[in-house]
Amino acid sequence: MIKFLTKGILRDRSRSLFPVIVVTLTVAMIVLFQGFITGIMNSMFLDSAVVSTGHVKIMTKAYHEENQLLPNDLALLDAEKLVRELNQEHPDYFWTPRITFGGLLDVPDENGETQAQGPVYALGIDFLSPDSRQIEIWKLERRLVTGRLPENANEVLLGTKLAGRLGLSSGETVTLIGSTMYNAFTTYNFTVVGTFKLNLGPVDRHMMLVDISGARQALDMENAASEILGYTNSLYYEDQAAVALRTEYNINHNDSTDIFSPIMMALRDANQMGTMVDFSNAAMAIILVIFLVIVMIVLWNMGLMNGLRRYGEIGMRLAIGESKGQVYRSMIVESVIIGFIGTVIGTAMGLGITYYMQEVGLDYSAAMESLSSTDIIMSNVFYAQVTPDLYFIGFIPGVLATVLGTMMAGRAIYKREMAQLFKELET
Amino acid sequence: MIKIVIFLLSFSFLLGQSDEMTVQDIIKAMDNNLNAKSRVITSKMVVHGRRSSRTIESRNWVVGINQAFTEYLSPPREAGTKMLKLDDKLWTYSPQTDRVIQISGHMLRQSVMGSDMSYNDMMEDRPLVELYEATLEGSIEIDGRDHWIMLLEAKVKGLSYPKRRAWIDKEYLLPMKEELYAKSGKLLKTSTMDGIKKVQGRWFPSRFIFKDALKRNSKGTEWVIEDIQFDVEIPEHIFLKAALRK
Repeated sequence: MIKFLTKGILRDRSRSLFPVIVVTLTVAMIVLFQGFITGIMNSMFLDSAVVSTGHVKIMTKAYHEENQLLPNDLALLDAEKLVRELNQEHPDYFWTPRITFGGLLDVPDENGETQAQGPVYALGIDFLSPDSRQIEIWKLERRLVTGRLPENANEVLLGTKLAGRLGLSSGETVTLIGSTMYNAFTTYNFTVVGTFKLNLGPVDRHMMLVDISGARQALDMENAASEILGYTNSLYYEDQAAVALRTEYNINHNDSTDIFSPIMMALRDANQMGTMVDFSNAAMAIILVIFLVIVMIVLWNMGLMNGLRRYGEIGMRLAIGESKGQVYRSMIVESVIIGFIGTVIGTAMGLGITYYMQEVGLDYSAAMESLSSTDIIMSNVFYAQVTPDLYFIGFIPGVLATVLGTMMAGRAIYKREMAQLFKELET
Repeated sequence: MIKIVIFLLSFSFLLGQSDEMTVQDIIKAMDNNLNAKSRVITSKMVVHGRRSSRTIESRNWVVGINQAFTEYLSPPREAGTKMLKLDDKLWTYSPQTDRVIQISGHMLRQSVMGSDMSYNDMMEDRPLVELYEATLEGSIEIDGRDHWIMLLEAKVKGLSYPKRRAWIDKEYLLPMKEELYAKSGKLLKTSTMDGIKKVQGRWFPSRFIFKDALKRNSKGTEWVIEDIQFDVEIPEHIFLKAALRK
C-alpha cells in the first residue's frame, strides 16, 4: 500500500512537489532557528559564566549583598580549603577561586612620574595552577592579540582598548593603585606581557587579567577570594541541575547569624540571566507552535486545492467501491510520506546552513560596541550550534502539520454523496 | 577652705566664659587648641574592620596648615609608606613599587589605610573660623560636663562637609563630638574625642574616634595620639618630594 502510494506521489509531481517544498523550507527554517538560538544562548551563558557568573558561584552573604561595590573586605577566607572540599563534594563541576577588583592603572615615565592613568577592572584568575582550565575556558590563546600568556604572579594581560588608551605594550611596567582587602591604599607593580580582545562587547574595555596569586599579593588577600566559581566539566549549562545544586548547598550552609557564611548562586541568579534562560526555552516552544500552525494552514489550503484537482479521482475511487474511510486514510498516509520526505530534505538543508553558521557566524561587532551596558555579556559574533535535537526536531512540525492539513482538507471526502458520483463523473 | 575657693573661682570662670565668649571666640579657641605653628605626632590608628582590627603606627610632621609629612612605621606591609602634603597636593610613596604617586580627584575621597578617614579629611586642615559660619544652637550637659551645641555652615565652596554640628566642651574648648553632613543634610561622618590632656598649655585629646556613616556596620577608627609636641623646629627638607624616597 505504502509502496503504491509512494509511486503515486513520485509520479504525480503536482501532488507532491509543492507540499514537499513547503515542508522542506519550513523544517529547514525551524532547524536553523533552533540551532541559532541554541548557539547564541549557549555562547552567551558560557561567556557570562567565564567572565563573571560561573555556572554556579560561591561568595560570602555579606559580599553578595554589596557585590556591585566589589567589597573584597568581605571576601571568602581559606579559599583553597573551600575549593578542595567543593572539588571532592561536587566532582561534576570544577571549581576555581576568583578575585575581582577595581582601581587605577598608573603608567610611569622614565623618572617614575605619572605619564598616563586610567581606571581598570581587573580579574585575578587561577591561570598558573597545573590543573587549571582557565586558559582553555577563556580561550586566551585565541583571544591573545599581542605578547604571551602570564607565567608569573606579577605578569598581566590588558584589554587592547585599555592598553591602547594608556599607550602600553608588552614588557612595560604599570602600577596598580587600589585598595587592599583591609581597604588600605595599595600600589603594586605589574609587568604587561600581552594584550587580548574578548569580542564580548564593552566588557573588556577596562579589563586586566592577572593570575590570582598576583592579585592576592597586590590586595593583601592571602588565601582569600572574592568568589569561587564552578563550571560543569562539559561546560554545558544545565539550568535545573545548577539550581538544584544551589538550593541544596544553601540549605546545608544556611547560617543566618554569620554574614560571612558562604552562599551559592546559579548562573540564572545573576544579571537577569534567569530571564535569558527562561526566554531561550520559551522562544523555541513559541517558534515551533507558530511554524506548526502556519504550515498546517498552508497545507490545509493546499489539500483543499488538491481536493478540487483530484475531485474526479476521488469520485472514481468511491464509485468503484473504495470506502470513504479508506480514501481518507490513504490520503493521510500520502501526507505522512510527503511530510517525511520534506522533513528529511529540510532537516538536511537546515543542518547544512546551521553548520555553516556554526563555523562562520554572524558578526555584530558594530552593534555590540555601541552598547554601554556590561551587565549582559554577549559575543560580538553570533554562532549557531548543531545539537543532537536538531536531527529530529523538524519531524514534529514537518509531519504533523502535513497530516493535520490533509485531515482538515480531507473532510470533504465525507461530504460527497454516493448517489451523485456517476452523475458527476458523466460530466 | 582653699578647695571651696578654687571651686567657686572655677565655677565663676565657666559662667563667665559662656557669657563673655562670642561664637567666633569659641571657634578661634577651638582652632588654637587643635592647630599650632608646627607639631610632631607619633600615633597609632586602630581600624576596626568588619572582620578584624588592624593597628597602623605612624609619625607625622606638620607645619602650619600647608605642609605635612607622614611616615608609616608598622605593620610590615605599610612600613616605609610615606605621604607628603604640600598646599592642596598630596603624594604617596610606597617602597614596594618605588613610585611616588599623586593622589588627586576622586582618589582623595578614598579611605586612608582602610580607616574611616579620607585623604580629603587629611587635606582640610584650615582653621574652622576661615571655613564656616557658626550658630550657637544651645547648651547641654553630657557626662556631667557643660557643652555648647554649635552648627557650622560652610562659607567657602568645595568643602567635604558643608555642614557640621559640634558639641563643644565649655572648659576644654574642644569639639568633643561632631557630626559631619553633606550639603543635602545627609550624615556622612561622626567623630568624638576623649582622653583630654593639657599639652604645652593647651587642651588636646589623646584619642579621636571617627566613624564613616556611609559604611554599613562600620565600627569606626580610633586614632590614638601617643606623643605630641607643639611648636618644634622641623627641618625644611622633610617637606621635599625627594624626602619620600629616602
